[in-house]
Amino acid sequence: MDLNYSEEQNMLRESVARFVRDRYDFGQRQQRLSAGEGAAFWPRFAELGWLAIPFSEDHGGIGGGTVEVGIVMEGLGRALALEPYLAHMVATQLLARVAEESVKARYLPAALGGESRLALAFSETGGRYHPAFCATTASPKGDGYVIQGSKNVVLGGQHADLYLVVARTAGQTREEQGLTFFLLERDHPALRVREYQTNDGTGAADLTFDQLEVSGDARIGDLHGAFAELEWALDLGVAYQGWEAVGAMSALSDATLEYLNTRKQFGKPLGANQALTHRMVDLFIAVEESRSSVLRAALAMDAESPSQRRRDLSLSKIAVDRCARFVGQTAVQLHGAMGVTNELAVGHYFKRLTAITATFGDSEWHARRIHRLDGASSREAGVEHGH
Amino acid sequence: MDINLSPEQQRFAEQVREFISRNLPRDIAEKVRRDQHLDRDDHMRWQRILGKQGWHAFTWPEQYGGPGWSVIQRYLFEVISAEMDCPIIQPFGPRMAGPVIYTFGTEQQKERFLPGIRDSSVWWCQGYSEPQAGSDLASLSTWAEDKGDHYLVNGQKIWTSYAHHADWMFCLVRTSKGERPQQGISFVLIDMRTPGVDVQPILMLEGTHSFNTVFLENVKVPKENLIGEQDKGWTYAKFLLEHERVDNAAIGVTKAALRRLKRIASEEVADDGGPLIRDPLFHRKLVEVEAQLQSLEVTALRVLSQVASGEAPGPVASLLKIRGTEIAQRISELASEAVGAFCLPYQPDYLHDAGAEQPVGPAHAATAANNYLWRRCMSIYGGTNEIQREIIAKRVLEL
Repeated sequence: MDLNYSEEQNMLRESVARFVRDRYDFGQRQQRLSAGEGAAFWPRFAELGWLAIPFSEDHGGIGGGTVEVGIVMEGLGRALALEPYLAHMVATQLLARVAEESVKARYLPAALGGESRLALAFSETGGRYHPAFCATTASPKGDGYVIQGSKNVVLGGQHADLYLVVARTAGQTREEQGLTFFLLERDHPALRVREYQTNDGTGAADLTFDQLEVSGDARIGDLHGAFAELEWALDLGVAYQGWEAVGAMSALSDATLEYLNTRKQFGKPLGANQALTHRMVDLFIAVEESRSSVLRAALAMDAESPSQRRRDLSLSKIAVDRCARFVGQTAVQLHGAMGVTNELAVGHYFKRLTAITATFGDSEWHARRIHRLDGASSREAGVEHGH
Repeated sequence: MDINLSPEQQRFAEQVREFISRNLPRDIAEKVRRDQHLDRDDHMRWQRILGKQGWHAFTWPEQYGGPGWSVIQRYLFEVISAEMDCPIIQPFGPRMAGPVIYTFGTEQQKERFLPGIRDSSVWWCQGYSEPQAGSDLASLSTWAEDKGDHYLVNGQKIWTSYAHHADWMFCLVRTSKGERPQQGISFVLIDMRTPGVDVQPILMLEGTHSFNTVFLENVKVPKENLIGEQDKGWTYAKFLLEHERVDNAAIGVTKAALRRLKRIASEEVADDGGPLIRDPLFHRKLVEVEAQLQSLEVTALRVLSQVASGEAPGPVASLLKIRGTEIAQRISELASEAVGAFCLPYQPDYLHDAGAEQPVGPAHAATAANNYLWRRCMSIYGGTNEIQREIIAKRVLEL
């Protein structure tokens, strides 16, 4: 039992911190955001090896775990990075997990090398956060399939050239059974991509498949059996964005502390008022609690049984969301009117944290998932008692 | 980075489990399981069993007769003890008086006092707070007049936990008046049988007796009972307060409380006739507090990892007391809520006696409701949570 970072992890932390400090200036971020250059540093991410961290060495990866990617995510959270690292890593890791070797050989080198970006397309209107909700259908035709339907708010969708799409090959709209992955290239003539900006600046896309025909080898992984893997990918997303939230929260904590020390009213710094210092302390506590929670989430991702993994990830989402809301709102409040302007970074961190609470399931969805998991385990226990 | 136990740590955990399951008296475990208050004999019986094994002073280095465990081993011991319904080891001897004596005391003091702490034959209490010195502890005014070979102590201590059980008290007294209130305080050991020591109970709102007022009237304290230097007692007191903050996270005990809450909620019935724990609204609250406890547990493990690798605990340790007590209080609040209208009957006797007559309502209700009231003290003792926030603001955030 040792929760200290290893030497390698500390080196990665330093390298990420250096990049964020030297290269990711907030003013320039805002310029790139208005110019639509949200993926500007992607080649640099590839050079730094960040795109290859969690993949096996056979596929050109580094063989790192969730903690290592988390370390990068924390830095990107601090930077308020616009690059679709979260979306790309989740989709690419999912592909590496479910696809056959030939598919991986074809797509992974470009994905790890920075020449290709992936996005996972699963959410639809009417499904809220339920990952099994899927009205998009894929019907067999000849050796291939015809895909019909649409996907909404595909994270990183505006920057992707490959989409890992969930479509229904069997069952009813809300059923877990009957989901299948398909890999679509962006330039498919029957695919319509509607890109848009999101509140936090990261952007997304809606996809529409109009009688979109693909060959049989576009199908990835088991027929009808995508749900469990999709859920794994969403848990991975929860873990990664938790680390990002920690980065954003710690940046807010630093900025707020500095503001309390420098801004003067009534002839003294704001930090001389106990009503404000205690809120600052609670903010500091929330950041540290989140740091612990995402550490747990990352270790659960790498180590535990699926049912324990789901439970731990949902607990982490609930803990981090609570802190993210509290830290975002408190930092804005303690900055006074400046906190709600477009000018300061504070408001932008608040927007990113708010977006995180609404991504990969909100706290209520995760609480309901734990309710289902606990119900299932108590039924099992009940059966055992019956013997 | 690894959250799992090493094979060596697993073997240690196994040893601890085996020892407890062989030696913990069933009647005591049952009282702990029901969340009843223990009397002096319950505590002492278990602590003496631990003492024989050399585990009562479980945080001590081997040099002073402790087991010399690593911080991880101590943590495992505490968590497993709580999981198996052991009473909490009362900290006043082994966690407070002991470390101060072996860190700052003379050889003679070590020889005289450490054995009784190790084997738990002596019950200690902490004479810190006074009526006019609560959160502002340094403003204490109990006066110790220098009479040559002894001090003559006059004053009043309050909120003294278990003074009515205690044989000895470690006590902060004023021996001079300096420029700052922290100056001129001395740390002395007082035999509770000394003439002039008068212990009066303070009954708490749920009807139990844990705290006391201790009146000190012309109490003769031999100079050989002074720890360290005269007037330097604040240094030793601070040393203790810092220890106490880390202890107050009480992860193992709080995890046990959450398990108890879940057990209660499984036995209680919701409005729809199903178990309360399956009621979505109640379950939502349960999950919220469980999520927070999981973060706290990892925070404690982060602190332990730092200490184990030879670093200072760091700023993160300071939040353990605040969040540990807030979460424990929330769990006790939910337990009281879980029992519904059976939180109303006033049954203080049942808090103490496992053999008392059948309580009104389910057995778990009598303790759940009262312990919600009792546990409000958690955010007040050991330095209120507001004082803890002040400490973080000043020392960590430098505000």
